[in-house]
Amino acid sequence: MSVEAREKRQPWILLSPALVAVTLLLLVPLLFIVVYSFWLRSAVGPDIQGFHPDNWQRALTDPFYRYILLNTLKIAAITTFFCALLGYPAAYFITRSSGNKLILLLLLMLPFWISYIIRTMSWINILGSSGALNTLLISTGVTSSPIQMLYNEATVILGLVHFLLPFMVLNIYVSLDGIDTNLEDAATSLGATRWQAFSQVTLPLSLPGLAAGGLLCFVLGAGTYITPLILGGPRDAMFANLVFEAIITQLNWPMGSALSLLLLLVLGALVAIYNRFLGMSQLTKGLG
Amino acid sequence: MGWAAIRAYTILVYLFMFLPVVVVVLLSFNQNQFGSFPMTGVSLRWFEALWNNDAVMRAFRTSLVLGLLTALISTTLGVLASLALVRYTMRGKNLITTILIAPILVPEVVLAVALLLFLNWLGIGKSFALLLAGHVIFTLPFVILVVQARLVSIRRDVEEAALSLGASPIQTFFSVTLPLLMPAVAAGALFAFTISFDDITGTLFWKPGGVETVPTQIFSMLRNSISPEINALGTVMIVITVGLPLLGAAIARQISIKRGI
Repeated sequence: MSVEAREKRQPWILLSPALVAVTLLLLVPLLFIVVYSFWLRSAVGPDIQGFHPDNWQRALTDPFYRYILLNTLKIAAITTFFCALLGYPAAYFITRSSGNKLILLLLLMLPFWISYIIRTMSWINILGSSGALNTLLISTGVTSSPIQMLYNEATVILGLVHFLLPFMVLNIYVSLDGIDTNLEDAATSLGATRWQAFSQVTLPLSLPGLAAGGLLCFVLGAGTYITPLILGGPRDAMFANLVFEAIITQLNWPMGSALSLLLLLVLGALVAIYNRFLGMSQLTKGLG
Repeated sequence: MGWAAIRAYTILVYLFMFLPVVVVVLLSFNQNQFGSFPMTGVSLRWFEALWNNDAVMRAFRTSLVLGLLTALISTTLGVLASLALVRYTMRGKNLITTILIAPILVPEVVLAVALLLFLNWLGIGKSFALLLAGHVIFTLPFVILVVQARLVSIRRDVEEAALSLGASPIQTFFSVTLPLLMPAVAAGALFAFTISFDDITGTLFWKPGGVETVPTQIFSMLRNSISPEINALGTVMIVITVGLPLLGAAIARQISIKRGI
């Protein structure tokens, strides 16, 4: 074999284990559940193979599923909004602060390393009936018995914001950090107020970061079922909870396949729209 | 909005991020029998209770073995793929990159369902093997992103020098490339271990009955009620997943100082 041919084959040898893994453990399984979603669950024995549109019909027309889907999108949207509201000023502060930038950023990365389930359940210590807040309220005499603050939609959103905020801040930070501060100075020297310089120069330039952070928060938020299980009440199920119910509790795998594909399609459509307008490079920048 | 206001706002955001976690750590040292406020004193009783809790210790061993195996496999696959992506030009590189990071573009629930159903159909039901396969595929993109970022900064001319001085490609890899790669390999492995150690979304789908990892163990303990033991377990987890990377970073610093880089 010539040196050139060997040079050409080398990258493929290096790539093949990873590519085989992703193909066998993700791409083929995804195709498989497309097929599986057209099977039918039988009360006894194995699922009935064939082409039955029943699951899809139910997934798309059942008002309960539709309600949960819309509610999930609503919760994800509110979560994303609050992440942006809390995250933008914080990211701005980190970018423009002098000196201790690295420490601030490191602190912000810390939650990434703290377990998701610990951070979620930590709110029970704060808001639970014997939690910090109720203890404070009782000891100061504001209330005589604990107030029920947990297990509703608001606490689900709170938990999600707490979980997803670092993703938002990091993406905005990456975007803000790439903006030349001279631009803002130039605007002010040309007569703009500081607010005008920010809102007409810096803010528009940082929108790609905001959008990338927003997409991550939305997609990760809309795909979760753990937060509603820990911080939500029985009525606060999200769409991924339906998937979990179908697969693990009811063992209705064909229906579970259809539901998870529906979730993938809805969120995939969002990612595709994002990709069409902004491209994927901003996203991987924030992750890397 | 003045600078002082932004600073105050940012401090509040940081408090929001860290206060709940601080409370977990505080309460884990609480002497109070119910593990709630007000704290009555400092004690290690909940850590002792953990140590004597067989279910928790079993979960720990499972998570540890799973995390280490995941890190080993995922890092091997990830480093090889990253080398190819950084060092070579080839057709369809963008497509390949997209395929390789696809596992984090797909919602984890969907990945969990697809893998469970497909491997089950192949005859691999809920088992440790399924769990391992799931963790490997889920951590692989993170490893690739982290390792790729590190690889870009390693210069190629050192390897070319070794080759031109008569070293074989294999010799060059083991005595030049690999030592230079070590920080990237370590970062990737640490990342894979931590993500695997933390994972619950996929794990709840893949784990066989009776087998628990630390997060699923915490999850099932939460179903009963929040006991101080959970806070203690949380503290241990924080020490492992935060302390380990910090330790790793410190060691890496020491090594690079010694080498004079």
